[in-house]
Amino acid sequence: MEAIRGVDLHKTYGSGNTEVRALRGVSIQVDRGELVALLGPSGSGKSTLLTALGLLNLPDRGELALAGEVVVSGGRALRDLAAVRRSKLGFVFQKSNLIPFLTALENVRLGLEINDHGAAEAKRRAAELLAYLGMQDRLQNYPEQLSGGQQQRVAIARALAVDPPVLLADEPTAALDGSRSRDVIGLFRKVAHERGTAVIVVTHDHRLLDAFDTLYEMEDGLLRRLPNGAEANRR
Amino acid sequence: MNLAWREIRRQKLRFLATAVGLGLLFAVVLAMGGIYKGMVEDATLLIDSLGADFWIVQRDTHGPFAERSVIPISVERRARSLPGVEWARSFSTITVEREVGDRNVRLSLVSLSWPDDRGAWLPLREGRALNAAHREIVVDASLGLELGSEVPLGDEHYRVVGVTSGMVGSGGDGLAFLTLSDLLRVSSYMPPEARRLARAAAGGNSASSGGVQVSAVLVRMKDGADRERAAEQLAGWSDVSAWPTSTQQSFVLLGLVDKARRQIGLFRVILVIVSSIVVSQIVYNMTTAKTREIALLKLMGARTRVIVGMILQQSLLLSALAYLAALGTGALVFPIFPRRVVVGPEEMLTAGLLLAAIGLFSSLAAIYRALRTSPMTILAG
Repeated sequence: MEAIRGVDLHKTYGSGNTEVRALRGVSIQVDRGELVALLGPSGSGKSTLLTALGLLNLPDRGELALAGEVVVSGGRALRDLAAVRRSKLGFVFQKSNLIPFLTALENVRLGLEINDHGAAEAKRRAAELLAYLGMQDRLQNYPEQLSGGQQQRVAIARALAVDPPVLLADEPTAALDGSRSRDVIGLFRKVAHERGTAVIVVTHDHRLLDAFDTLYEMEDGLLRRLPNGAEANRR
Repeated sequence: MNLAWREIRRQKLRFLATAVGLGLLFAVVLAMGGIYKGMVEDATLLIDSLGADFWIVQRDTHGPFAERSVIPISVERRARSLPGVEWARSFSTITVEREVGDRNVRLSLVSLSWPDDRGAWLPLREGRALNAAHREIVVDASLGLELGSEVPLGDEHYRVVGVTSGMVGSGGDGLAFLTLSDLLRVSSYMPPEARRLARAAAGGNSASSGGVQVSAVLVRMKDGADRERAAEQLAGWSDVSAWPTSTQQSFVLLGLVDKARRQIGLFRVILVIVSSIVVSQIVYNMTTAKTREIALLKLMGARTRVIVGMILQQSLLLSALAYLAALGTGALVFPIFPRRVVVGPEEMLTAGLLLAAIGLFSSLAAIYRALRTSPMTILAG
């Protein structure tokens, strides 16, 4: 079942001599339960694609649909994008970006309460999610009291709080060592396969590609699907 | 989840210290208002307390609190003859400085019209009103003189028989009450050698000239008496001027307090502006420090009211704590000010509303900044 679809996405920055065509007719479809890696060198347009899919930086042209509903068309928002982001998208970043003055539990609760869940329900679901990601002993810890890997787990729990159909992760393992990186990608895999979330991960780490179901590579604003993880590893 | 409170909870001391600092600043704003109100109350306290309807003073002067006023004591008798007069009393006041013990004390001496007025109306804290026509004095507690102590005035010592509270003059000096005859004796006292030299200079005649003179004559009308008619009659006396008590108060306020009022008013305006700038700066910096968190909230799709609410709540809480700190500081410090600082419920309410308004106004720039924060900021690394 389709979770997110982008069709013929174009994005150009600047004009004249400084014009950069970051997206040149990119099309992508990710289904629920699919774990996708987005590869490519710096400046290839990966981040532009991710922010376009995340409804943060609208494409100049093309169409974006989330859970079967077209939300952007011809560079225009057709819905309240903040509301769409609130309920249909989760984000994980290189840094965990946890709110420093909230505990792990509160950071996850926040995502739920922003979506109008009651405090008691939000607390219960946040605790469940953190337990699901192996953080049941760290609920009351502040971010500064957690390791980098633990912080990323909390960030993933927060991104999953409202059970969005799509989770977007921008280099989530860049600040982690090898084993922690594997843990995090393992969690994404678990989330995708057990919860049916479509997970799109921008990564430079070619050691972890075996874990992904689908690989895409961006180059000069063009997106190309790679055959599978094993072949990509050989490249 | 209350984000504002949760952030403050994490940095309680810093927030509290900021609020206390702001509170101290606002305590100065409160003090300025209180000092002004204290000046007004002090300036009109005696006029109000004496309970006269008219003040008869030297012709074309504004009375003893504004300038020198000298009239013959005989005016008192003339005033009594007006129809509807309940009483007419001579009044004098002078300010003196005396060494009492090892202290220099500045007293505003005020006459009581013995035996009709023994000072029974004075707000006594200890002791009693005057019981004798001579060598007794009632002083205000602000002068620091104890009951039973002796105050040297002229060539005699006056025993403190009563201590009042809150009776100070327009200059902030504590008031001391004694009979009119004693006060006139004190005011006309000259050391023997000076008297001898003055007599010699006057060719062997007495140094004093003319009859007894006082600063003013106070007239109180009976209930139901025709005050307008009395005023018309007094206006016909060509040797003196007569002012209703309200006019006498206006003269005091215009003459003594108006410039101070304007000066303090301007100072307060500047302080309020400074406070507003300081609060704005604090709230703005608090918001700037949270740019990433605000960007994250926006990225997560948080409604504008969540972000605005967080900033506003912090700003208002800061103002509320500053307000409490200002009141606490006032309660501790204002009583030890040398002059009275009057901060009543009205001033407290006004200050509270003003601080709330400053809090609201100050958060505008921070809210504007927060609303302009792009959720993309979070991707900047």
